Amino acid sequence: MAAPVKRWSCVGKRWVLAYIDGGSRHGRGAAIGFTSRRKRGQSSVAQQPLITAQKSRKGEHEWEAVVGLEIHAQISSNSKLFSGSQVHFAAPPNSLVSFFDASLPGTLPVLNRRCVEAAVMTGLALNCRINKKSLFDRKHYFYADLPAGYQITQQRLPIAVNGSLAYSVCVGKKPSQVSTKTVRIKQIQLEQDSGKSLHDEPRSQTLIDLNRAGVGLLEVVLEPDMSCGEEAASAVRELQLILQALGTSQANMAEGQLRVDANISVHHPGEPLGVRTEVKNLNSARFLAKAIDFEIERQIHELENGRKILNETRSFDYKLGCTMPMRDKEGKQDYRFMPEPNLPPLLLHDTASLPPGADPQQVINIDWIRERLPELPSETREKLIQQYGMLPEHSFALLNEVGLLEFFQNVIKETRAEPKKVTSWVLNIFLGFLKQQNLTVNESPVTPSALAELLNLLDRKAISSSAAKQVMDVKRGNPRAINKLMGLVRKATLSRADPTVIKKILERKLSS
Amino acid sequence: MLGRTLREVSTALKQGHITPTELCQKCLSLIKKTKFLNAYITVSEEVALKQAEESEKRYKKGHSLGDLDGIPVAVKDNFSTSGIETTCASNILKGYVPPYNATVVQKLLDKGAVLMGKTNLDEFAMGSGSTDGVFGPVKNPWSYSKQYRGKRKQKAHGENEDSNWLITGGSSGGSAAAVAAFTCFAALGSDTGGSTRNPAAHCGVVGFKPSYGLVSRHGLIPLVNSMDVPGILTRCVDDAAIVLGMLAGHDPKDSTTIQDPVKPFTLPTLADVNKLCIGIPKEYLAPELSSEVRSFWSKAANLFESEGAKVIEVSLPHTSYSIICYHVLCTSEVASNMARFDGLEYGHRCDINVSTEAMYAATRREGFNDVVRGRILSGNFFLLKENYENYFIKAQKVRRLIANDFMNVFNSGVDVLLTPTTLSEAVPYLEFIKEDNRTRSAQDDIFTQAVNMAGLPAVSVPVALSNQGLPIGLQFIGRAFCDQQLLTVASWFEKQAQFPVIQLQELMDDFSSDFEIEKLSSVSLKQ
Repeated sequence: MAAPVKRWSCVGKRWVLAYIDGGSRHGRGAAIGFTSRRKRGQSSVAQQPLITAQKSRKGEHEWEAVVGLEIHAQISSNSKLFSGSQVHFAAPPNSLVSFFDASLPGTLPVLNRRCVEAAVMTGLALNCRINKKSLFDRKHYFYADLPAGYQITQQRLPIAVNGSLAYSVCVGKKPSQVSTKTVRIKQIQLEQDSGKSLHDEPRSQTLIDLNRAGVGLLEVVLEPDMSCGEEAASAVRELQLILQALGTSQANMAEGQLRVDANISVHHPGEPLGVRTEVKNLNSARFLAKAIDFEIERQIHELENGRKILNETRSFDYKLGCTMPMRDKEGKQDYRFMPEPNLPPLLLHDTASLPPGADPQQVINIDWIRERLPELPSETREKLIQQYGMLPEHSFALLNEVGLLEFFQNVIKETRAEPKKVTSWVLNIFLGFLKQQNLTVNESPVTPSALAELLNLLDRKAISSSAAKQVMDVKRGNPRAINKLMGLVRKATLSRADPTVIKKILERKLSS
Repeated sequence: MLGRTLREVSTALKQGHITPTELCQKCLSLIKKTKFLNAYITVSEEVALKQAEESEKRYKKGHSLGDLDGIPVAVKDNFSTSGIETTCASNILKGYVPPYNATVVQKLLDKGAVLMGKTNLDEFAMGSGSTDGVFGPVKNPWSYSKQYRGKRKQKAHGENEDSNWLITGGSSGGSAAAVAAFTCFAALGSDTGGSTRNPAAHCGVVGFKPSYGLVSRHGLIPLVNSMDVPGILTRCVDDAAIVLGMLAGHDPKDSTTIQDPVKPFTLPTLADVNKLCIGIPKEYLAPELSSEVRSFWSKAANLFESEGAKVIEVSLPHTSYSIICYHVLCTSEVASNMARFDGLEYGHRCDINVSTEAMYAATRREGFNDVVRGRILSGNFFLLKENYENYFIKAQKVRRLIANDFMNVFNSGVDVLLTPTTLSEAVPYLEFIKEDNRTRSAQDDIFTQAVNMAGLPAVSVPVALSNQGLPIGLQFIGRAFCDQQLLTVASWFEKQAQFPVIQLQELMDDFSSDFEIEKLSSVSLKQ
């Protein structure tokens, strides 16, 4: 084995997600050795481009990883992309299936306006060029949960192209060392989701649920501008926040509303890109980062041992923490793309091209949608920084939890406490409390008003910081904390108050 | 009564000369008597009688739904009919009962039409003879006509009459035979490369293919989505116009239908043809064209000219590429459209269950005939990544050139094109099956298919009987969405032609009184 040399460097932590992951990130690298340094043994230095040689130490070659993503986001809409069926997560199997979804012969697709608008909104938010004319294609493959034998997608001319997504990663040890990166967006295309196959192994049968068949998807293709799992996960997280802000997708990865395939290759800087593998169906940000980092290490390891990388599809086994070759359905697929003949070209307009007297129900005006775009996460963060003098990492943290920003803003509205204090309380004590209780913000027993009141007391110096923290501790379910509070009250009342009465009052107050 | 046109019988219903139930029963009875024609796959007797009863109630109350109320119609078995088996004459759909009506079927029913049944066809409408369906071939009613039999007796004595029955043409042969044999007053066919016009010409009825996008395809089980159009088969042009008026217009369920509202179709009577310019495409003078058809074609042109129309020779230079271009586009879409027939959701499923793939393969092998499987195979070949540019894209370009040919001609001032519909009259089945389906389709579609490439309206009108006593049709092709103008011209021509009524008395003694004998001898163009 080659000696360790640090090779491919993705700078550090995916701190955007740090609050979710807790401390789990620290031990991870060492296990598969990607923070260690390695030397590449065999290959000749002379063949390497000069730039690379200069960068690396003598006799060593750096590895560079290249990561691209294909992200499928389920469009948040009442009905499916080409049919009137309802869209619901976890509805009884096959209860949301129209004749078209079941591919009954003679049925035809009818494009859902809402899905087109969602694609345009997303395209605009991601700085894409919106194609005023886009086309639909059929992509053929036989699979039990694809009833028509083809998926309608936008292969030739997608609805949006050439965009970009800015995301941030932490570059140093301190969370304040933020670096903003940009990944180019190749295209966004509208396409149908497939149904679900449920394999009943003991009975060796497959059951098909078509509820998801035909649900609208936005396929967002990110160019291979990323270099590690952290970057990829951060980019996906930012996209997730944007989709949620736009309302174009709920983008809940656990419910499969956001699914990621990653294309990964490694090469030496200045050399042509290496052979890539595709890791499919990553459905959590943590696994995405892990899978990518594992795959990069695996590829480096293979190449350094004189083996070749196969252009293959792999899956990530989250239990083992490694990627495995997928048993491909039938080897190399030829999707036999063909124009979808039942859908005319999708034509969009802007104010300049809008035909006079056009029925607003029949046309989509890009400018109109642009003017009504909601505030995007980056803008929100910028505002927080400007308005409250907040640190950038705190602005990220506030947006990172569903409902946390709103909670923060409600507290701010009702308290005289300094924004910095509020930020610190919300992000550290309140969020820590929720994490410990395994609650979401919306499930929190502490209302914004309660926290605001507490902070007001603190601000008036009516109570001390430690007393305030005790209040939270009781809320946190620490019964001994109430004794400390009782002590504080007794002290304040010069031991004149009845302890049982104090306890009663405190319990009443704290359970409210 | 059965021999009358739709408009005539509609008037009779309104005036109470006959009730919808009586009419329906007469048609049902005739369907039984002509069962040997194999025109129907399913006869929906119960449904029909119920619908007739409903219609009768409406007439009694004076709430008739219009010209179609109480009129017996038939529908090709590739249109979805709610609660009635829809097979496409294929094993793969045997037993498949759609839960919904095709838009055109629903529109007919909404207008009070009485659905007699589902008519026979080539499997998935792939063919030009109505000989390649799983329920067997359709026999041309003219095989049993006095006109044809009379001529045959003169020629060959002792020949087995029964083995010499004629094909109907296809693929809507069942619908054409159903209309020709008086078992209904109008029938729906489908037309992808001539499938309505071809059997219409062979069966001596009117076969109309509307402009692409004028009539909804929702519920029509597709052959080639970009060329399929529901077709209308009737006994006269005016009837076709009535039915078109009921069917035309935007359908929210078919995104390829035109958005503009369609005005009701009422055919004006053309007093003269002075202002008309008729184009005769020189490329349609094919060497295979029978001399008889050619002669009727030129007689028709002369008729227009002598009545004051401007008749000019025009050129559609890319015509000869149409067949091969169609082959690529058709098979490609077929390969795609047939992918859904995997035995999972509906239709036939084989017994093999070793793996999903093995189940697909066996199901499809058992379910499709050789013609369908052959087209799926070629289509998938053309769509392969390495072939797509060389075949599919090229074919699409050629298709555009063919469509442009028509555009150029119409832009030069031509109103309507006049061409043959078929190369010759109907041939006996035994002769027809000497060639394979692909060869026959390629030959038989040559005058009809380019029209589908361009999405234009076209109608085949019966002109006269051949020396053998068999119908010959001519085709009129119009500008896109000028269906009404096209039918107006066709209607004028029909009046001049005075095509004779089929004489089936020997087979249908009970109905002899229903036929209008007075028209029989007049075949003006043959003089």
